[in-house]
Amino acid sequence: MPKKDPGSFKENLKIKRKKIVSDIKVKSRTVGKRLSTDNIFPLVCLAPSLLGVLIFFLVPFIVIIFYSVVDNPINKEFVFLDNYISIVKNSAFIRASGNTMLFSLTAVPLAVVLSLFLAMLLDYKLPLVSTFRTFFLSPLMVPIASVVLIWQVVFHLNGTLNQIIEHFGGSAVDWLKSDYGLYVVAILFLWKNLGYNMVLFLAAIQSIPKDLLEVATLEGAGAFYKFFFIKLRYLSPSILFVGIMSLISSFKVFRETYLLTGDYPYSRLYLLQHFMNNTFRSLDYQKLSSAAILMGIVMVIIIGVLFFIENRFGGELEDE
Amino acid sequence: MLTLFAGLSALIFLLPTVLTVTNSFMAESEINANYGTVFGTAESGSKIFMSDKLNLKLIPDMVTFSQYITVLFKSPDYLFKFWNSVILTAPIVIFQLVTAAGAAYAFAKLRGKLWNVLFFIYLIIMLMPYQVTLVPNYLVADTFGLLDTRWSIILPGIFTPFAVYIISKIMRRIPKSLNEAAKLDGASEPQIFLHIYLPLCKSAFASVAILVFIDNWNMVEQPLIMFSDSSRYPLSVFLSQINSGEIGLAFAVAVIYMLPAIFIFLYGEEYLVEGIAYQSGVKG
Repeated sequence: MPKKDPGSFKENLKIKRKKIVSDIKVKSRTVGKRLSTDNIFPLVCLAPSLLGVLIFFLVPFIVIIFYSVVDNPINKEFVFLDNYISIVKNSAFIRASGNTMLFSLTAVPLAVVLSLFLAMLLDYKLPLVSTFRTFFLSPLMVPIASVVLIWQVVFHLNGTLNQIIEHFGGSAVDWLKSDYGLYVVAILFLWKNLGYNMVLFLAAIQSIPKDLLEVATLEGAGAFYKFFFIKLRYLSPSILFVGIMSLISSFKVFRETYLLTGDYPYSRLYLLQHFMNNTFRSLDYQKLSSAAILMGIVMVIIIGVLFFIENRFGGELEDE
Repeated sequence: MLTLFAGLSALIFLLPTVLTVTNSFMAESEINANYGTVFGTAESGSKIFMSDKLNLKLIPDMVTFSQYITVLFKSPDYLFKFWNSVILTAPIVIFQLVTAAGAAYAFAKLRGKLWNVLFFIYLIIMLMPYQVTLVPNYLVADTFGLLDTRWSIILPGIFTPFAVYIISKIMRRIPKSLNEAAKLDGASEPQIFLHIYLPLCKSAFASVAILVFIDNWNMVEQPLIMFSDSSRYPLSVFLSQINSGEIGLAFAVAVIYMLPAIFIFLYGEEYLVEGIAYQSGVKG
């Protein structure tokens, strides 16, 4: 390892400390002495967490940005975008990001729509609603590793699902070793996350002003109108939020995939985390850091765009 | 009609869990007969009879505790792996909450551009997937010689900003007037923190603890990268590596593994639901 890291980390800490001190000074000058003593305690409270975030996330992130633009950790010759260009051309990376993207594009919208549907369903005054909620939420708490055995039995070539299909005259499919594998993982993903999303939507639905819906009913609005023109608009921030959370969990679907299929899955199931694992094994820092930074940038852009869309959509609501 | 539909789908959600539990009461021979083919790849010349077709069964032919007895008394390996899971998860949950309590208070109190920017940075880190954050985490672990030790997972786990973010959101909703009133009564800052802010956020702590627990109890990505020695793997990773010789134990281990999570769920479902609902304040 180069000696650079602890050095830059200390420097960064110094800058941070200076900033904090100067911030206190500015505040005490403007607002008077009382506030500055008031600020000291929160700063003391913040210190452990801030120190940890600096050491384990922020400073190494900066080092990684540095690694991603040099040729190797020893030479440190500036090569600008070369590492990024080679990672974008890397066939394994293309396959992994393609599969991950395909998965997220299929699973995230489904996760949003189906959980909204479930929440609407439970919002009708059904009996046993809280029991249903518990059932829907239970997969969130059950460790994946525990139930993965059952899933393996269901989706095996000679497994339960194929037996059912053959019973009705269809032909067996080797679910996990074919292009269908992605759908199997999507089902597991939905099974695990729908309950969580549903709870988010339930909370949002209950905060829609009741009188608004009553007035709409009095004026003869149908269920369809009420859903699309009243409920959906009030739910738009939640839809965005559920979308973001589902997107983040869709990146964690490696867990299910790994537990189901191990280190070397069928190529359709080769995800970004598989790629990262393999790259870690060869410990190619240039590849690792440029891949991580690239993914980070893409995540920020996607989330930024989602917020932007929601801001415009939600903005309309406030004008009325 | 709607109830029936909701009930049916709810049952489907519950089914895999129930199947795992009921199958854990099967004798080894029955499991071999039913599921041998799934796990049979490692030892093809096995003496045990294996049927070609897998036979997913809800009710065992004969209820037996033999799996549990083997796991608990005869094969300590699994208990060690269980302990690996505990020793990784518990410190992360406890210390993430402790450090987050202070940091959340600070972010609720401090006003100014610098703190808003810093809070935004926390949010960005929180939203990053493992594929991104594991690289910096690995770099630090490598630099400080923490690779292949538990600290390489525990320390980044502790400082993951998730708890800070959620609890701070809730602390910001505590009315300023409460703060002012306490100050007039002569309360110092630490007293306000300990006697007003912390007690008011009790349920928030409980729900965050549940969410942090379940995420780390399930960890797969970190051990695969930080540990080269598979004996350190927690049960979450190890369970998938069970092979044909041990399938008789698989379901019992799976059940033992899910028990803590199930208990926490049954005991704290309200907190969990509340905690999930809190999160939706991500924008404000």
